[in-house]
Amino acid sequence: MRRQDTSIRGLVLRARIRKIIGAIIVYSIVCIPLIPIVMMYGWLVVQAFSAKPVTWLIPKDVIGGLKNNWRFLFGPIMKGGTVLYEDFWRLFYNTLLLSLGTTGLVVSITSFAGYAISRFEFRGRDPLLKTVVILHSIPGVLFLIALMYLLNVLGLYGKGLWTLLTVTLLKGCLEAPMYTWMLKGFFDAVPWELEWAALVDGCGRFKAWRKVVLPLIFPGIAAVSIFAFLSGWGEYLLVYTYITRAEYYTLSVALSDLTFEFLYIDYGMLAAFSLFYMLPAVVFFIATQKYLMRLRVIAYKG
Amino acid sequence: MEEVYKTLEYIKKYAKEYTRPVTNILYKVTTRFLERLKRARRTIFIVAFLTPFLLSLVLVYGLPSALSVLMSFTDMDLRFELDWSNPLYKNYYIILGMKDPRVPVVTYVTALYVGVTILINAGFSLVLGILTTYCIRNETIATTLRLLWFLPRISPVVIYALLWQWFADPRVGPLTILSKWIGLGEVSWILDKPYSQILMIIVNGYVGASWGMVIYASAVRTIPLEILYAARVDGASDFKVITKIIIPLLKWPLLFVTAWQTLSLLGSYVQILTIWNGFAYVSGVEVWSLFSYHSAFAAYKFGYSAALAMIIVIVSLVLLAVYFKVFGFRRMLEPSRIEV
Repeated sequence: MRRQDTSIRGLVLRARIRKIIGAIIVYSIVCIPLIPIVMMYGWLVVQAFSAKPVTWLIPKDVIGGLKNNWRFLFGPIMKGGTVLYEDFWRLFYNTLLLSLGTTGLVVSITSFAGYAISRFEFRGRDPLLKTVVILHSIPGVLFLIALMYLLNVLGLYGKGLWTLLTVTLLKGCLEAPMYTWMLKGFFDAVPWELEWAALVDGCGRFKAWRKVVLPLIFPGIAAVSIFAFLSGWGEYLLVYTYITRAEYYTLSVALSDLTFEFLYIDYGMLAAFSLFYMLPAVVFFIATQKYLMRLRVIAYKG
Repeated sequence: MEEVYKTLEYIKKYAKEYTRPVTNILYKVTTRFLERLKRARRTIFIVAFLTPFLLSLVLVYGLPSALSVLMSFTDMDLRFELDWSNPLYKNYYIILGMKDPRVPVVTYVTALYVGVTILINAGFSLVLGILTTYCIRNETIATTLRLLWFLPRISPVVIYALLWQWFADPRVGPLTILSKWIGLGEVSWILDKPYSQILMIIVNGYVGASWGMVIYASAVRTIPLEILYAARVDGASDFKVITKIIIPLLKWPLLFVTAWQTLSLLGSYVQILTIWNGFAYVSGVEVWSLFSYHSAFAAYKFGYSAALAMIIVIVSLVLLAVYFKVFGFRRMLEPSRIEV
């Protein structure tokens, strides 16, 4: 009796040890590569409130950090005696304009097109879908080069606000196919019967779309808006390439410019700037990660 | 609509004998037109709904694609004139004949970049996808870990670049300090060659890993639990379950992720641009797309850069054609169907 007992206990013990070792292996595979990432983002927070360069995430001189790093919010950004950027909020509004414009454009294009593609069999539907996939796989640098020529021909290169608006238009159009694809999935999930009911009851097609289907895919539209907003918020290449005047830069280009100026010199300010710039992304991301994890978008460029 | 029909009926009914032929014709023509319109309304509706989308496609994809084909046969520079090269294929001759000494270097870097980063983006993300769904059962922990893996992807690319620049800073960067500890001496992870290339791969690996992870994770969730239970009852260990059951079932998602990530890596250069920019070539991280970008927007040789971009586009399209052949169109878009 006793011997059997111990052997069972031994088995249980061995099983438990095995389980623990397994868990250690699993967690170390997933977590060890995460260490640099956690360190970097942790550094961003710590450094934003420290006056001196930080290496191991220990804040240094928090008071000085608070005084120095966040000055960019209240006045011009200076290096030595020269003013690099007159006004931080100007950059902020430019970025807001770009991302809100992108969002509006993307939502209006995709909610029309997604519905048409989802609901109607028409000639050219399959080729259209294929074209979207093909376009998506073409390296973006090709379009960037040709669009530069177009902007020049149209006289829109280096024209301040007009260029910013053009960039917004381009950004919205560039993002549209991918999000049309995404929204089509949401339209597909709305049962046909609801629309039939509306049509039988005397709704026109447009009214059925507007009053019956759109409210039902509100989560989809919300997700598309948020992604489009974040994508506009983070946009770098188009602004960096096409906008020449610093008053019309967005936060991303200003930050890369400042990184070039202040790297090794003023990490505190850079971190504070980045932290401020990143806030909307983080807030939106945490609020919507449920959607994000479920998304089946075709490959994301990156 | 109804009223029109009613009026027509009325006219037909009460028309005088001698006007009957005329009203009959009128009736026929009008009803036919209305029928046509009724059928056409569907078309009008579709066209109206698709127009903004199609316009946007033409504006940012169609027109520029056509233009860059043209541009690739010119010597276009900052004057932006379409003056044809002499001979017409000059740009392609320079590139494909390796007359530009930078081309072989860039080709090698691109092959290294795509070849090694894909191991992280499709291979390591497979491990992550399985571990965060099958092995880590606690949903909160798994979600948190996945969120952390997503951070590089969601943060604006410029911030991500700044973070790496700090991480590899020659004075205070942890990477530099660590490499000093393990005896590598004074190395600059940004500028010194093998290290900068390693860094380039790691930087992009972190961005790419999360996408594959999500695809694999959702695929693992569609595996019927009975299969896994049966294996466990028969005495298979977790490791055996993963290697003998889950991974074979993930064959299609694996191909899918590899296919898309190869294409996306061929075209991606923003991270490298933001971290290295002007130092990319000397640091050995100038990939093909970045080379094309620099030829256009740093050297202002737009014709040459369009030709460079065309080459990478042709490579991508050939790859895509192969994928379509192998997968079929449907599978190319739906990653997570598990065939048991």
